[in-house]
Amino acid sequence: MTFSRSAFLAGLRDVAPMMLGVAPFGMITGVAAAGIGLTPLQAVGMSAFVFAGASQLAAISLLGQGAAFWVVVGTVFVVNLRHTMYSASLAPWLRSLVPSMRLALAYVMTDHAYAFSVLRFRREPADYPRRDYYLGVAVPLWGIWMTATAVGAGLGAQVPAGWQLDFAIPLTFIALLVPAVRDRPSALAAGVAAVVALAAQNMPYNSGLLVAALSGIAAGAASEARWSPTTPTASGDVEGEHRQGAEDA
Amino acid sequence: VNDLAVWSLFVAMGVVTLVSRASFLLLQDRAEPPPFFRRALQYVPPAVLAAIVAPELASTRSAAMGPLDARLPAALLAALVAWRTRSVLATFAVGMVALWVLTWLTGGAVS
Repeated sequence: MTFSRSAFLAGLRDVAPMMLGVAPFGMITGVAAAGIGLTPLQAVGMSAFVFAGASQLAAISLLGQGAAFWVVVGTVFVVNLRHTMYSASLAPWLRSLVPSMRLALAYVMTDHAYAFSVLRFRREPADYPRRDYYLGVAVPLWGIWMTATAVGAGLGAQVPAGWQLDFAIPLTFIALLVPAVRDRPSALAAGVAAVVALAAQNMPYNSGLLVAALSGIAAGAASEARWSPTTPTASGDVEGEHRQGAEDA
Repeated sequence: VNDLAVWSLFVAMGVVTLVSRASFLLLQDRAEPPPFFRRALQYVPPAVLAAIVAPELASTRSAAMGPLDARLPAALLAALVAWRTRSVLATFAVGMVALWVLTWLTGGAVS
């Protein structure tokens, strides 16, 4: 398959406005990484391996508290589980690609790459160069994310402790949490998770976060079954996740 | 933090993330995530975020803080900004400035 420059540029054009939100988020992640004593190389290394902002901040927060290895990995896994939905939504559109290419596309998958691609693929004919459009969205985001975490980690390392930059983590999560609480079940999920997290603060290995998150997820899902026993439609999902993931890398 | 431990942690974090991302893309048949899973995933963001934020705000720690905890009021102000603007950057900026002002007002050490 030849490379379609125009499809790549179409993806780039679509994602360009999102860079304004992603760059500061990446910088905050770098600052937070420096705040717990990670070197700039380690901060960028984490971005290169994981490339998922919210899960990186959660991991940084846990690392700063000295959490156990499996608790950090388990938390990252739960935070990033949403990608399975993106993977399932994208699969029918990318089926013609060889497995190694699909794996490469999976590595650069983000909320944006998923949402823009699915919206675009629905409009375009069957022979549309989907791989290149997807790359046009995903690769620039990857570049911005690496650059922004590097800059943030470099800046963060210069800042004295009195500035309390570790506060960046709760602030960023507040900025993501507020729009994520959209209805009664999501409010219940957040409330249960917060209460359990407070009660479970002294659990071994800092596993309280994981237990609290799973409790909140269970509470939200169970209450949704009671309050609105309908599953969301596929199209509603795309719109909702797009909006909700707007700040996430 | 031990360097080898940190890098092996990053590799493990990367692997579990790639598993989710690659999952259905690499499956040959037309597999779909089950409905209960789809439903539960909607509550991952509010639950995880709240589980991180609540203890961060509740704990009174840091010697850099004054006699009064400046973090909770700063966080509440930041939440208001998040609700009005939906902007990570604005929330961050207002929250940090509020924390510095409150720390200074309550006589916390700014070292």
